[in-house]
Amino acid sequence: MPEVTLVEAINLALGRAMEDDPDVVVLGEDVGLNGGVFRATVGLQERFGSERVLDTPLAELLISGLCVGMAAQGLKPVGEIQFMGFLYPCLDQLVNHASRMRNRTQGRLTCPMVLRTPHGAGIRAPEHHSESTEAMLAHIPGLRVVMPSSPDRAYGLLLAAIRDPDPVVFLEPTRLYRAAKGEVEDNGEALPLDLAFVLREGRDVTLISWGAMVKETMAAAEALSAERIAAEVIDLATLKPYDENTVLGSVAKTGRCVIVHEAAHTGGFGAEIAALVAERGLSSLLAPVIRVTGYDTIVPMARLEQHYMPSVERIVTAARKACQYN
Amino acid sequence: MASKRANEELPVIARFEVRRRNCLAPDGSAVRPLPAFAADAKLLVELYRSMVLLRLFDRKAVALQRTGRLGTYAVSLGQEAVSVGVASAMREEDVLLPSYRDNGALLWRGVRLEEILLFWGGDERGNQFSGPVHDFPFCVPVGSQAPHAAGVAYALKLRKEPRVAVCLFGDGATSKGDVYEAMNFAGAHKLPVVFVATNNQWAISVPLRLQTGSETLAQKAIAAGFSGEQVDGNDVVAMRAAAEEAIAAARNGTGPRFIEAVTYRLGDHTTSDDALRYRSPEEVQAHWKEEPLARFRSYLVGQKMWTKADEERLAAECHERIEAAVECYLSTPPRRPETMFDNLYADLPETYVAQRHELAGEDDA
Ligand SMILES: Cc1ncc(C[n+]2csc(CCOP(=O)(O)OP(=O)(O)O)c2C)c(N)n1
Ligand SMILES: [Mg+2]
Repeated sequence: MPEVTLVEAINLALGRAMEDDPDVVVLGEDVGLNGGVFRATVGLQERFGSERVLDTPLAELLISGLCVGMAAQGLKPVGEIQFMGFLYPCLDQLVNHASRMRNRTQGRLTCPMVLRTPHGAGIRAPEHHSESTEAMLAHIPGLRVVMPSSPDRAYGLLLAAIRDPDPVVFLEPTRLYRAAKGEVEDNGEALPLDLAFVLREGRDVTLISWGAMVKETMAAAEALSAERIAAEVIDLATLKPYDENTVLGSVAKTGRCVIVHEAAHTGGFGAEIAALVAERGLSSLLAPVIRVTGYDTIVPMARLEQHYMPSVERIVTAARKACQYN
Repeated sequence: MASKRANEELPVIARFEVRRRNCLAPDGSAVRPLPAFAADAKLLVELYRSMVLLRLFDRKAVALQRTGRLGTYAVSLGQEAVSVGVASAMREEDVLLPSYRDNGALLWRGVRLEEILLFWGGDERGNQFSGPVHDFPFCVPVGSQAPHAAGVAYALKLRKEPRVAVCLFGDGATSKGDVYEAMNFAGAHKLPVVFVATNNQWAISVPLRLQTGSETLAQKAIAAGFSGEQVDGNDVVAMRAAAEEAIAAARNGTGPRFIEAVTYRLGDHTTSDDALRYRSPEEVQAHWKEEPLARFRSYLVGQKMWTKADEERLAAECHERIEAAVECYLSTPPRRPETMFDNLYADLPETYVAQRHELAGEDDA
């Protein structure tokens, strides 16, 4: 099997979906000849033509609204927002239309669209290119929010997102676009959208993360093993609706739960998981739940961004603290 | 046919026109009597010097980026006359709302080279610049500064201050609701604001014809209730003249104006872009014939306002200024990590003090 980067896996999935289903349409800024600023759509316009791979005007609200209209007509639009920092004009369309079209028309119209966008910091990008605001999206009923952390999961989850009958926001960890490499078989097989992935088994502490932070979380688990702490690592992958059972099952086994995310602390998705564990897993807890997160401030620009993002060391310290608690 | 005839009988209720302004031909000759300010040799030379400084500074910035000492950077190559021409027509007390590509305007207004480097080097202190305190920083989310300009202009009008907001954005930005909404409001309230669209034909890889079906960008102002003019954006005399007129009109209470500056992005979109992926070198080459610096230099030389010796002196001066700025930038150490909490709020809420301490390494909990 060939090794590909995460962004190449995205490209493979898009190509496969378009090949398999003539209703799949790709649209966004610079997605055509340029192949997207991260090259996620490279070659697609050549293969499928400029009607199905469409360079839109510079207007994010338009992109998301077009997707709603196309989806209601039975197309399967995959919109690209160039960076998550430019997603916010789409919120009107996501909250007021995409997420509730099925519900408000009682199933008469539906919205099988995907909105893809790069997520997170760590590539020394300019201002407004580094935020992680997934919790805001995961708060919207009717939406699915998915974030892969490896090429194979990017491939399988994107196929699932495109085939899903409901709107999906697909967040792609920018920092891993080229850094994450792995084997991907372009076999058209989707992965389930509502299951978390247990990447490493362990009985002492559960580490839960998603997106780019999975990398540091896995490295922390490795470091902890040298201290004879066996960490279980869960890649949540789908934040909405998320796999509560895998989380609760793991915490029931380990009794300790550390949640790692790059987004700011307050109101981050870690708070949701901590609440779940408090509500339904309290009896198995041997230590307080700990969150290792970005800080409650504006993501600083390049010179300080490394200090903003949770480090392996911070994760290890938190896990150790959870294990030492009694 | 019958319906066509019937339509012709319907009265025309509005007619519009869009004019195009130019002063200097690409060879530097004057195509019409020049505006009054063109008699001021000192001013013209200053315009030229600023454009040259900008071009040389851009070149250095790209070199820094290529050697890992600067972040993503957007050059003004080919468009120098727009930002410099517009800024030169502003008064200090006017308010500038620039896009990320308007270095020329910031420099004219007193922002220091090293501050621009700090910003693109990923240091927030670059936005705490030496330009007018009321000016806005670079705007990265495309077009989102346009509503700010309308807000600024509303405030100026409310306080009856004879000041003007000047907002710069690209051709791509004109596709955003932000820009239409701002222009619409400005038109409805006759606000003292000038919108300048730098039409460099490209928004990254998207050519203007995919951006809009409109014949000109200038005509977009008409629907908002004010006039728009197309200007040769490679002609700094025309740019300055158009901006001067528009700003004066806005200051005099006649409401907003719109300028479409037609130019061409001779460089890559930014240092992260490779324009060869989507446009031919021949196309770019053809536009070099119209670029703003050579044209203006020809005019100045023809008028005996500029000599070869001046040119050499200027190059040396720019070199010195740029090297000093680079030196200053590179020797500015990053801020301490905990400063990311500085200026988050007027006063840091107690809730976040512990996080700041943790960053400062003062946490031993
Ligand atoms: C709202 C928004 N969407 C996308 C981007 C990414 N982006 C940066 S510049 C650019 C093209 C802008 O084109 P234009 O407005 O013509 O200005 P130019 O770069 O040509 O000066 C894009 C798509 C952005 N910064 N903001
Ligand atoms: Mg442009």
